[in-house]
Amino acid sequence: MTTGADTARTQRALAALAVDPGGLKGLTFRARMGPARQAFETTLGKLPGPQHRIHPAITDDQLFGGLNIAASLAEGRPIRDAGLADQSSTLVLTMAERTPSGLAARLAQLLDADHGHALILLDEAASAEEGAPQALLDRLAFHIEPPEAATPVRLPAAADLDAARKRLSRVQVPADALPQLVTLAARFGIHSLRAPSLALRAARALAALDAEMTITEDHLQEAAELVYPSRATMMPAEAEDETPPDAPEADQSDNAEENGDQSLTDLPDDILVSAIAALLPPDILDRLAAKSTRPANAAGSGAGDRRRGNRRGRPLPSRPGRPSAQARIDPIATLRAAAPWQTLRRTGRNADRALLILPSDIRIKRFEDRSDRLLIFTVDASGSAAVARLAEAKGAVELMLAQAYARRDQVALLAFRGTGTETLLPPTRSLVQAKRRLASLPGGGGTPLASGLMAAGDLAHLARGRGLTPMLVLLTDGRANVPLSGEPDRAAANDDATRLASSLRQQGLSGVLVDTSNRPTDAARTVAATLGARYLALPRADAHGISTAVTTALEA
Amino acid sequence: MSLAFPFSAIVGQDTMKQALILTAIDPGLGGVLVFGDRGTGKSTAVRALAALLPPISAVKGCPVNSERPEDCPDWATVPDTDLVERPTPVVDLPLGVTEDRVTGALDIERALTRGEKAFEPGLLARANRGYLYIDEVNLLEDHIVDLLLDVAQSGINAVEREGLSIRHPARFVLVGSGNPEEGELRPQLLDRFGLSVEVASPTDIDERIEVVRRRDAFDMDREGFTAKWQPEDAKIRKAILAGRKALRELEATDAILRDCATLAVALGADGLRGELTLLRAARALAAYQGDKAISRDHLTAVAPLALSHRLRRDPLDEAGSTTRVTRTVAETFG
Repeated sequence: MTTGADTARTQRALAALAVDPGGLKGLTFRARMGPARQAFETTLGKLPGPQHRIHPAITDDQLFGGLNIAASLAEGRPIRDAGLADQSSTLVLTMAERTPSGLAARLAQLLDADHGHALILLDEAASAEEGAPQALLDRLAFHIEPPEAATPVRLPAAADLDAARKRLSRVQVPADALPQLVTLAARFGIHSLRAPSLALRAARALAALDAEMTITEDHLQEAAELVYPSRATMMPAEAEDETPPDAPEADQSDNAEENGDQSLTDLPDDILVSAIAALLPPDILDRLAAKSTRPANAAGSGAGDRRRGNRRGRPLPSRPGRPSAQARIDPIATLRAAAPWQTLRRTGRNADRALLILPSDIRIKRFEDRSDRLLIFTVDASGSAAVARLAEAKGAVELMLAQAYARRDQVALLAFRGTGTETLLPPTRSLVQAKRRLASLPGGGGTPLASGLMAAGDLAHLARGRGLTPMLVLLTDGRANVPLSGEPDRAAANDDATRLASSLRQQGLSGVLVDTSNRPTDAARTVAATLGARYLALPRADAHGISTAVTTALEA
Repeated sequence: MSLAFPFSAIVGQDTMKQALILTAIDPGLGGVLVFGDRGTGKSTAVRALAALLPPISAVKGCPVNSERPEDCPDWATVPDTDLVERPTPVVDLPLGVTEDRVTGALDIERALTRGEKAFEPGLLARANRGYLYIDEVNLLEDHIVDLLLDVAQSGINAVEREGLSIRHPARFVLVGSGNPEEGELRPQLLDRFGLSVEVASPTDIDERIEVVRRRDAFDMDREGFTAKWQPEDAKIRKAILAGRKALRELEATDAILRDCATLAVALGADGLRGELTLLRAARALAAYQGDKAISRDHLTAVAPLALSHRLRRDPLDEAGSTTRVTRTVAETFG
């Protein structure tokens, strides 16, 4: 892959986008700030049509329009602002890797509405886990990751673009172009059906650019090279030992025969496949792994991670600010701010107005909506050392509850031993209730780690539904020996525990694992790694030690 | 408004299409939740539904689409008593919507310019007797969800704000779609949906080719494509109308009721809502297919729709809840 070829592809992608912005929906440009990006942005400015730069924190008012409070106050009647998205335009979203899922969904809906909008994401992600939201990536045709070196990107002349745009709707699609694109997508494990659709449109735009009236095999290959590589989820298997791709291929040739001369079947699929495979990013497998372990994003599910809203919760003093859809005006505070100025303002043409409020008077309501944390203590109560460990855990729970009132934490305690898990203390903030419940706590038996994790997961799920932010504190030595079925079987027990641990990680449950074995071993460390939890070895910790360690670990 | 993709031209996704049709036959079913991967035609299907539904007759100029002149709310001064045909409302609830837009609020313009205290109806009023569609429902802000939960349950929108005290009917079919990877749904909201559908991309190459082919044909020539599928759409519309009539004549026999209860118990579905929805959905399906009685086949067909989102979560069951329902149905009816 040479720099020259890369630049050529970027140029073609941009030119295709200029020809069919509404159909191709846009592109992602993924690069850190540098010469390459500057070169790209320079060209971007030359794209035809209106263009707006937006940022991830853009409000709905700015995007979709809303009441312009300042102008309304000045005029004495409501005045609505047009949003950036009201007319079809190219939206350039900077810092796309920071796009919240809410904005991504709105932009996705905007693209789906087919009003001719195109979106260009400038993604400055530093690592593979970061990146623009999938909901948007899936809808945009192209994905560009430029090499470091800056090479100027040139667009065809405006007149050529116009001519191509006129030609666009008349470009013919050969009968077997579609099967080829779809089969190709399937071989790279691309599930979304948007990919072949976009590839087809890209091929059409490219053909129009080249002043061809029919899509040729070169266009198909080029389009596939532009659209598919970033979406591939697997390396294609060899055609010989793979049956599924063969069947449709047979189909294709049937089609081609029926449709007579316009045949592209002499283009071997394998050339296309290897052409795209060469463009796959070298670290594709690592990226896939990174994507699959990324914890689920719980925004909007009722989880109260957001600490400060301006809609509900405990009221805070009002602040001057710009009203928007996300903010509510505090009328009393606004009037109070405006009151001292009334005499001064009542001059000239304003003299007959009863009340003169200027935008600077407006005060916004603020609320503090602190979501409570739920600490789920999950304690290994198996074996002989259980008694001591349980006592420590109980002590730690009581200590943390004592601080809970100030910190708005809730605490729950689960103990697993023998064949199952017991909820010793359902989520509570009441110290009295906790003390009573914790008084008797038996120990001994096997280590059903999986069962404990499952109970913790269920509790976390419930807690999320109630707007709490659950956190797991797991006290164990990690040596599971009872699987979910209850029959003693060390291998199956480990297996179950691992599966549950990774499922908890997927849910985005963060936490700490306190290794309570006398000599810290790898077993607990492995569980912690699978859980994505912080690992603490505390062989002989007392209640205070655990409480302090857990607090610091969770705060960090 | 641009033309919608024709409903009958959607390739595959039969469960989703069926669920949507069932709600058109019996709006009391309580809505559909469509969860699935990106690019599987979720939003396409819902938007297509709007064009498919038979028109309703409503009082001219009534903000809540009342059926009879005497049903018009008194806050809305409706001068006419004429009835007009209008398309079944399918109202989009955008994610960034404000509370005022949803419930309706004081009409600021009239208040400022004419000094009148008037109510400006919101989306809930417009959706009365129709559909309320929320794309990416799992990303909806919590305070809007709370509003919807209450209205979806009672069918009445009560507004108590800015010195207004207004209530109006808001009976609508709630349709939500989303991608589970982006966040889960609160169980309370999940419960408000009568039916749930999991959609996935088709795996068959020929089917995939057909999807892309039709989409492309539609994009290239919207009018022509829509006209071509018009007769198919009309067929479904007719079946829906016939189904609505047949609905009343379908009785639930003791045997069917017992089957419903057995299924719900075997699956451990919470509450009784599951059984009720199962029965209603089976009845709607029988009506749609023109059958004279509800049979076990109908129950089997709708059980995954009506029950799969009411099961207790099982983190280790990777097969998904639809498979669990199908398995249990097979075991129970053996």
